[in-house]
Amino acid sequence: MSSPFEPNPYLPEYLQKIEAERAEAALAMSRRSFIKITGLAGGGLVLAMSMGPGARQALAQTKSPAEAASLNPYVQIRPDNTVVLYAKNPEVGQGVKTSLPMIVAEELDADWQKVEVRQAVIDAKLYGPQVAGGSTSTPTNWDPLRKAGATARAMLVAAAAKQWNVPASELTTENSVVHHAKSNRSATYGELAELAATLPVPDAASVPLKPRGSYRLLGKRITGVDNPKIVTGQPLFGIDHRVDGMLFATFTKAPAIGAKVKSANIEEIKKLRGVKDAFIVEQKGDHIAFSPAGPAVASGVAILATTTWAAMQAKKQLKIEWDETDASKDSWTDYRKQAAAFATKPAAAQVLGQAGDVDGAFAAGKTVEAMYTYHYVSHADLEPQNTTAWFKGDSIEIWTPSQTPQAAVDGVAALLGLPKDKVTLHQLRGGGGFGRRLANDAVLEAAAISKQAGGIPVKVQWMREDDMTFDYYRPGGFHSFKASVDKAGKLSAWQGHLITVSRDGKTPMTAANIAPTEFPANVLANQRMLQSLIASKIPTGPWRAPGSNAIAFAVQSFLHECSVAAKRDHLEFVLEVMGEPRFTVPDNLRALHTGRAANVIKTVAQRAGWGRELPKGTALGLAFHFSHAGHFAEVAEVSVDAKKKVTVHKVWVVADIGPVVNMSGAENQCQGSVVDALSTAMGLKITFEKGRVEQTNFDKYPIVRIDKAPEVDVHFIQSEYPPTGCGEPAFPPAAPAIANAIYTATGQRIRTLPFSTEGYTL
Amino acid sequence: MLSLNINGQTMHVGDDVDPKTPLLWVLRDSLGLVGTKYGCGVGQCSACTVHLNGVPIQSCQVPVESAVGQRITTIEGLSAPGATLTAVQQAWIEEDVPQCGYCQAGQIMRATALLARTPNPTDEQISTDMAANLCRCGTYTRIRKAIHNAAAKIAKTGGAS
Repeated sequence: MSSPFEPNPYLPEYLQKIEAERAEAALAMSRRSFIKITGLAGGGLVLAMSMGPGARQALAQTKSPAEAASLNPYVQIRPDNTVVLYAKNPEVGQGVKTSLPMIVAEELDADWQKVEVRQAVIDAKLYGPQVAGGSTSTPTNWDPLRKAGATARAMLVAAAAKQWNVPASELTTENSVVHHAKSNRSATYGELAELAATLPVPDAASVPLKPRGSYRLLGKRITGVDNPKIVTGQPLFGIDHRVDGMLFATFTKAPAIGAKVKSANIEEIKKLRGVKDAFIVEQKGDHIAFSPAGPAVASGVAILATTTWAAMQAKKQLKIEWDETDASKDSWTDYRKQAAAFATKPAAAQVLGQAGDVDGAFAAGKTVEAMYTYHYVSHADLEPQNTTAWFKGDSIEIWTPSQTPQAAVDGVAALLGLPKDKVTLHQLRGGGGFGRRLANDAVLEAAAISKQAGGIPVKVQWMREDDMTFDYYRPGGFHSFKASVDKAGKLSAWQGHLITVSRDGKTPMTAANIAPTEFPANVLANQRMLQSLIASKIPTGPWRAPGSNAIAFAVQSFLHECSVAAKRDHLEFVLEVMGEPRFTVPDNLRALHTGRAANVIKTVAQRAGWGRELPKGTALGLAFHFSHAGHFAEVAEVSVDAKKKVTVHKVWVVADIGPVVNMSGAENQCQGSVVDALSTAMGLKITFEKGRVEQTNFDKYPIVRIDKAPEVDVHFIQSEYPPTGCGEPAFPPAAPAIANAIYTATGQRIRTLPFSTEGYTL
Repeated sequence: MLSLNINGQTMHVGDDVDPKTPLLWVLRDSLGLVGTKYGCGVGQCSACTVHLNGVPIQSCQVPVESAVGQRITTIEGLSAPGATLTAVQQAWIEEDVPQCGYCQAGQIMRATALLARTPNPTDEQISTDMAANLCRCGTYTRIRKAIHNAAAKIAKTGGAS
């Protein structure tokens, strides 16, 4: 086997690096598992477990529960038998605050009813990478967390063996109790923890992990650990945090992206009711580039007031003169014109990859050509960006719902010139992420503003309008395709021409790229991938299923155009394209496997009743997409009336992400992804002219409501492959499944995201 | 000074607060009741839903002065701390409705008002009523399920929630 890991080509460099390091660490750990490893990069758990009990106590969380015994950085046990599990990664709605501790609890044999989950401190030495991005939390933490649970359990068993003077092999564990059948003795983990914490930590490799068949907790439906707080409105989110004496701040940036403040009516603003301070913040670094660790801050005006409302009212009174010398002058209308011109000149495009005899196949077969367009979209997290920061002269304390808290610490340290250990960051729950909070712009602004205000604790709160008009958007773009089908009706060649945005004129901006091996290039003998670049200064970044969220619409819709041209049944055609079961990257467990793909495609077709009779104007559409190591096939049942009014009745999702950790969470992610994809496909777009974004709030950004949400049927094929993430890969196939259904129902092909630009409504 | 009746208690808002301030920001910033959420500020998302005399309203659209003398209920006031949760709150936990959870206070407030009016709502009644509230994560399938679940609970206990 070469490597069990293939980097996700659509993740930003920052996340690719983390994924690669973690994969390498896991590989090294399995290869050298019999050696005691003490200083492996990214192997904080191993490090912590190699230390003596004294050091382990020192590693305990800053606010450890009274009398809790620490067995490792993830597990503390109180005398009352409460098992405290630490959730290492940021929670933004993807469910990891529940699912990652479940993995520990399974191997620990902890009684989930007596588990208390706490958010971990930010510490790479203890926890390795702490990040919520790329659907990586499950695959990268699966082994380390199972080992954390299993070694802690082994220590509790060893404590009981010592106490009762019996062999450890005679002991069993269940629901936080160690039991000795022969003598009919039992002790709770709470009774054993103090002794267990003094015992040597076993080598993780010597501790067996459970076979899947004996799981008691994994795969079950477990309600979110924060749900009791959510339903009673207790403080939980970034926006909820309060510090005594803090002021509430707004930060006003330029309407034209990248413009700088020349002057502002600061003195007038300072006199307004509730306003305590106002000042201009100078631009630092490059805030247009997506860079979680910055350090960069945009030019703007900060207003600090006694309430958020006072700061927001004062913001409306601001009169700012902007220097637009370096500002964006971008125009979406102009991008469209440029793209149309590029599409006519594939020969002038950059060749990203090619194989076989594409032109020969085109000449011999029936060719199909089409161009697809997709708009920019905003993340629109329901909790607008915010951060509370308190600069204290030689240190700073930060409370924020960042998806990349470690990068936030690095960025703040660099921005303020502080050592990293003088930056304390508390991770709070995020009201939605979708990739927006991978960027730490609000964190860096808050840090800069608290410092400039003279060390006052400040909560910087973006208004919805700020959030929508300054984002690292899902980039818009264009795909021009040409393909051929041969006399037998087989797909014989494929040429994809991505026309995308670039800031430097050489490479696509973040999340604006395509992999040269993107499907179907990775399964076809004759294929070519081309690229042309449009100059842009509009910030882009990862947005749920980066790359895939638009590529899947274009590719899977065009694939349907090919099967229509070949007069073939689409299900049969797609399965034929997949071909024999194989990994598209040999022996790579995280690559597309055509057999896994065919399996989810066949299963979804069966569940949806593919081929059944439907009333006129109603049809089924099918699409498949592989991303984040997950294989997802979806079928949509859709009706369209004469006025192009669309009703999505039901969507079937069939997924292979290996074994499911939390069935409730995974199903919720799939249902939500389909609704998110429907919103985005039907009506969401960000446009800009003269460098100014034209949509500012939900009145012009129509996210789907409950009355238009379809029924979503979710089914998991729980294969034997290692588990992978579920926050993103259910999104990409939904839009093309709906578009393909609309074509079948009406004969009208939709080639633009969102469909509203072609006159469709929900 | 303004006096407000919130969750059965009288709460005072100081003169430093502009009486035109939306109820949302008085709740959050002046009174520390942060369960009610800010999402859009323009009456589009309903994350800020509270009850005014039992009727769901968008608290970002109501100046605090106009809430004086009225009965205000927020998410914090649905069940007393430590007391049994309402049928709606229980159903939300049982169905594991939340993803990020940010909109759910508003959803629960509107669902509670709906069930008080219509103890056994049809899917269509749920759609019509709950369409006022946006969920960015798309948890609508479960919101619907949880409302039916809560309705069944209420029917069982004879109307007491």
